[in-house]
Amino acid sequence: MTTATPVTTTPPLAADKLSASQIAKKRLSSPWASLAAIVLAVLWTLPTFGLLVSSFRPERAIKTTGWWTFFSNPTLTLDNYRGVFGEDGGVNLAAFFVNSLIICIPSVLIPMSLAALAAYSFAWINFPGRNVLFLVVFALQIVPLQVTLIPLLEIFVNVNLSGTFWTLWLSHSTFALPLAIYLLHNFMREVPASLIEAARVDGAGHVSIFFKVMLPLLTPALAAFGIFQFLWVWNDLLVALVFAGGGDEVAPITLQLANLSGTRGTAWQLLSAGAFVSIIVPVTVFLLLQRYFVRGLMSGSVKG
Amino acid sequence: MFNTASTTPEKILQMLAALLLFAAVMGVILFIAGRFGGRKGDRVVAYLYLLPVILLLAVGLIYPGLRTIYQSFFDAAGDAFIGFDNYSTIFTDPDQLTVLRNTVFWVVLTPFVATAIGLVYAILVDKSRFESFAKTLIFLPMSISFVAASVIWKFMYEYRPDQGNVKQIGLINQFIVWFGGKPVQLLIESPLNSFLLIVVMIWIQAGFAMTILSAAIKAIPDDIIEAARLDGVNAWSMFRKITLPSVQPTVVVVLTTIGIGTLKVFDIVRTMTGGNFNTSVVANEFYRQTFNADNQGLGAALATLLFLLVIPIVWYNIRSLRQSEAR
Repeated sequence: MTTATPVTTTPPLAADKLSASQIAKKRLSSPWASLAAIVLAVLWTLPTFGLLVSSFRPERAIKTTGWWTFFSNPTLTLDNYRGVFGEDGGVNLAAFFVNSLIICIPSVLIPMSLAALAAYSFAWINFPGRNVLFLVVFALQIVPLQVTLIPLLEIFVNVNLSGTFWTLWLSHSTFALPLAIYLLHNFMREVPASLIEAARVDGAGHVSIFFKVMLPLLTPALAAFGIFQFLWVWNDLLVALVFAGGGDEVAPITLQLANLSGTRGTAWQLLSAGAFVSIIVPVTVFLLLQRYFVRGLMSGSVKG
Repeated sequence: MFNTASTTPEKILQMLAALLLFAAVMGVILFIAGRFGGRKGDRVVAYLYLLPVILLLAVGLIYPGLRTIYQSFFDAAGDAFIGFDNYSTIFTDPDQLTVLRNTVFWVVLTPFVATAIGLVYAILVDKSRFESFAKTLIFLPMSISFVAASVIWKFMYEYRPDQGNVKQIGLINQFIVWFGGKPVQLLIESPLNSFLLIVVMIWIQAGFAMTILSAAIKAIPDDIIEAARLDGVNAWSMFRKITLPSVQPTVVVVLTTIGIGTLKVFDIVRTMTGGNFNTSVVANEFYRQTFNADNQGLGAALATLLFLLVIPIVWYNIRSLRQSEAR
């Protein structure tokens, strides 16, 4: 298991050659295939689209008529978005939005740096206990968060960190380490040994090899992990509920949206706008960096 | 620096302080590591690089995990040892049996339906003109939070009572009305509600299945496909005899990966029904028992059960991964 090779990454696109038979096949099956694909695509988009349209409709309209009537009777307003950023009503999402960012940035950077160093050790340094340690780290990927939360909460209470960002930074960083190390280790193993050897012959130590040889090559893997981890932390509810559930000061936006849905489940003018405020960041990150995200996903297939 | 920050500038300062502190720790580690050279110094460097990771994992994962397993043999307050009583509660109490039944529904339905839809869609749009756009549409739900997805679908399932002037605002109930039916309280009727929650998970996971399977389909060598075409194989046999066997190892990985994710689904149940109306699942029940019902022992047992259920799936997953790599 120590030599676990990386999970297949996206292979290059097969050349798009159109042979005579392929054209024939296309003519035969295309209309039905296209129709089925369009039906699925519409089904998948419609729920989001409905809520998006609603988020721009006046409160009264949302609550008395279906969003599809918008097209026969279009009225647009930004009141709902003003509502979720307004001070009145106690639904100011801006503060929670900031919290989400404050939680995410260290929760991505810390495990990324720690895992890079650890992965380097596992991949390129010989030391007693290497295989056993790597196996343990690898196996820890499957531990479900649920089994760690309560004892961890007790620790945070004992050291007076409960209710601070530290609980979220530390726990998210810790939970990410096994996957990050595994991912980066697989990537580093693929670097040709001759590169490392050459640097060693030149008298470079492990610190400068890490920074001068490894780090520049590592960028795609770091990006893959970084995006995966960013979306994971931004979208998390469970960890936030357990460690930041007590007060609003450190609660991320998902937690606030979940609370809104629980306490004001019929306030669709707030819920619709709130939902879109909360997904704008992950969707943007995702659309810009989709390629890396897919790679991260594929490597995370055993994460617990 | 270790207090609760309440204003935005305070929060940003605290974050910067934390990052600086972290950078300082890393700096010290790298500085010390830089002083050791030669083959013997290698060991010191390796252990230094691993030190923070080992500390965090030991305190943040291993100790808590063992502690939870230990706690699962204790009573609600965590004081008295009660052996396997919590586990027998899970397997005998009627409420807990409903939780188990729902979990089985989730774990069986979600992976298979999501993978089937993902596979079909991947084949349908493969090499079409709008392939990347079409794939993004299905994949997009993967990037949003389960909470936001739940809000989106709660709106789909919204119910308005069947009275003279009241119009439906949820699309599903509107369809029921259009087809002459009476609106249904979709999230309250059991067991219908559980299946409707599963739909949300399928909606999210199909994109994952589609993306991974699409990559596998593109990896099928062109000459095999070409040879089959020359033999006059029709679309259906092409799918059954060539596509399916080629992507089969990937299908297994996708199924198990979605299965593990589904086993731990919590956000959807909590946001949509709060686990009421017979919709709770193990991961949600863990939270409810621990924090709302104040039954630490039962909560710990449910978490441990979750752990135990994940192990065989992961084991199977790793085994098939290695088999497919060996080929």
